[in-house]
Amino acid sequence: MQKPEFTITVYTENQIGLLNRIAIIFSRRKINIESLNTSPSEIDSVHRFTIVINETEDVVRKLCRQIEKQVDVLKAYYNTNDEIIWQELALYKVPTAIIAEKVKVERLLREYGARAVAIRTDYIVFETSGHQEEIEGLVGALEPFGLIEFVRSARVAIIKDSKGFHEKLKEFESEEPGAGLIENEFLDQQDEVFTM
Amino acid sequence: MNTLEMPRESTKTEFKKVENLSGSEAVMRALIEESVTTIFGYPGGAIMPIYDALYDHQHELQHILVRHEQGAVHAAQGFARSSGRTGVVFATSGPGATNLVTGLADAMIDSTPVVCITGQVFAHLLGTDAFQETDVINITTPVTKWNYQVTEAHEIPAVLAKAFYIAGSGRPGPVLIDITKNAQLQKFDYGGYSRCTHIRSYRPKPHVRKKYIEEAAQLINEAHKPFVIFGQGVILGNAEKEFRNFIEKTGIPAAWTIMGMSAIPTDHPLAVGMLGMHGNYGPNVLTNECDVLIAIGMRFDDRVTGRLDKYAKQARVIHLDIDPAEIDKNVKSTVAVWGDCKETLPLLTEIVNRRSYPEWLERFREYQRQEDEQCIVPELNPKSEVLTMGEVIKVLNELTEGNAIIVTDVGQHQMVACRYARHNRTQSNITSGGLGTMGFALPAAIGAKFGAPDRTVVAIIGDGGFQMTLQELGTIMQSNVDIKILILNNNFLGMVRQWQQLFNDRRYSFVEIASPDFVTLASAYKVEGRRVSQRTELSGAMATMINHRGAYLLEVMVGKENNVFPMVPQGCSVAEIRLK
Repeated sequence: MQKPEFTITVYTENQIGLLNRIAIIFSRRKINIESLNTSPSEIDSVHRFTIVINETEDVVRKLCRQIEKQVDVLKAYYNTNDEIIWQELALYKVPTAIIAEKVKVERLLREYGARAVAIRTDYIVFETSGHQEEIEGLVGALEPFGLIEFVRSARVAIIKDSKGFHEKLKEFESEEPGAGLIENEFLDQQDEVFTM
Repeated sequence: MNTLEMPRESTKTEFKKVENLSGSEAVMRALIEESVTTIFGYPGGAIMPIYDALYDHQHELQHILVRHEQGAVHAAQGFARSSGRTGVVFATSGPGATNLVTGLADAMIDSTPVVCITGQVFAHLLGTDAFQETDVINITTPVTKWNYQVTEAHEIPAVLAKAFYIAGSGRPGPVLIDITKNAQLQKFDYGGYSRCTHIRSYRPKPHVRKKYIEEAAQLINEAHKPFVIFGQGVILGNAEKEFRNFIEKTGIPAAWTIMGMSAIPTDHPLAVGMLGMHGNYGPNVLTNECDVLIAIGMRFDDRVTGRLDKYAKQARVIHLDIDPAEIDKNVKSTVAVWGDCKETLPLLTEIVNRRSYPEWLERFREYQRQEDEQCIVPELNPKSEVLTMGEVIKVLNELTEGNAIIVTDVGQHQMVACRYARHNRTQSNITSGGLGTMGFALPAAIGAKFGAPDRTVVAIIGDGGFQMTLQELGTIMQSNVDIKILILNNNFLGMVRQWQQLFNDRRYSFVEIASPDFVTLASAYKVEGRRVSQRTELSGAMATMINHRGAYLLEVMVGKENNVFPMVPQGCSVAEIRLK
């Protein structure tokens, strides 16, 4: 049975070696990373990893806890595909001669919402963005016309429910936990409560 | 904000004297500020500037020259485990650093606070395959809690402050700091040292929440057959007293993992023994009968749980742990109590009912009697002339009265020692639990003695394990380390032999091991010693060893093909533990 696809979003410090530290959490467990993207986040100085894997939720939850356990990791979230908005970017290089001659190709490009990013006498580079299936659909359509080169980027994803990391970061930066986190009435009065 | 910048307070240096120091000198200042007293290390080319700085600080920083870098980490581990403080290691680049890997892995899996400082080639040579260059950061990433490469001297104070904070806080672990030679030599404006108390991306302990404390208390109060199993978390959290208060109020029988041993005295009225593959009969069988299983500071290792799908399926599980990644990792908990048990146990103790479970406790005692009859009595009072490992430990108990630090290696002798050794004090059982590192005991015992100089330290080692790190006899000789080395020699790699006997039809494949004359070998290192094989000589020889001033090696020839029982065979449930 095909395991469900999960997108893991990790907020981290920008630290050399952290990519390896995160990657080996997967490789140690012989879990294949389908896609991995590192980028800046909404906060200056905070890095954001987007990792796609096919695993059961139970495994994904454990992986996220292992990731979060790393000293330089602020927070790891995991989401199913219906909880995120995601895109991938692809570039296609095709011979100009064919594009000029065959109207059919032009129509295909329109259908897939491709944009020309470079036009040369011998080739044209098109770009599309979308989900993997859409991108791969265009690859299939272009292949008979002499697709020279194709490349697809890793997934980038926005979590629908997320309010961003700003508030969370403030909590992390304060040495004392925020008011919302102190839920234990005993903690403030340990001297009174515990006589041992 | 870069987390490696100095904390805010320390940037107010207007009135502080700024000194121009070398990176190496800054390392010394950091160690002194962190109250480090002892360093285990081995010099080499890439760490020479640090050793040069150490030359001027010998009066405040004691350096123990080991014979192999693996020995340095194990010694630092022993130091940490006997003292509760962070162990410190120096090693050079390349082979010096790679030799640390086994010890780092051991410290990682057994949560031991260690800071290793390695030298590295000049920064401009990184990646050029320079002499003694190795990518130590990437090699040690999976076996360190944190690691970092310093290439500029000014980074040193803040990085070392982070290193000590990370190694010792939360769930402790090893940290490695790799310092390039140019950073050791470089001069910079040193504005003082401030200890690290906060890293924004690092949560050493989860916040305690009232909800799960109450849920846990309710489960405990409703239980008819509750059972406490505890691990090293109790010792690492300095929560021995809190733990005792908890079990004494609730009256719940408690069993330890190998790493939790000595957190409560072995003869505590509620102590029911050791869990796991060679643990006691009652705690293993009754794990599958209790109705509420309270796991405290332990991680459900496979050697403790046996077959996981048949482990405590009837029980509701309360899991107290400081590391959120341990919750539900192996055993699904009904209530997870996230937090430092030093904080969570008193909260729980406060709201649980005072109870006792005489009938339930009696069940443990019944199993104990069966185990006594079938395993323990024959082991401790053997009828045959051949000495058993168990009777050696029995004699040791009589001599030390449970007050010694017992350091064990890995194998049959380790299981026997942990089954039979008595402990009155915490931090008394030092062994390689998770990684199972043969060769651990001798260097760890050296470190343990430096960590607790007033205590008797006995290293119990097999003939196989001793030969893995016996070069540390040189360390014992040079630094006059007063440890007692008790070799239990059965001329076999006994644990593997036992498995081959039981599961491979006695096909003894490369487990027969020849040994040198250990007593003569010890004498070459100016360590006195003796070999015994007769029962009549045993107590006298053991007393000589314990009472001897300085290091002593006693080799006891024990039965060649004795087995350790009880045993939970691999792939069996804990309830299927075999007495023979």
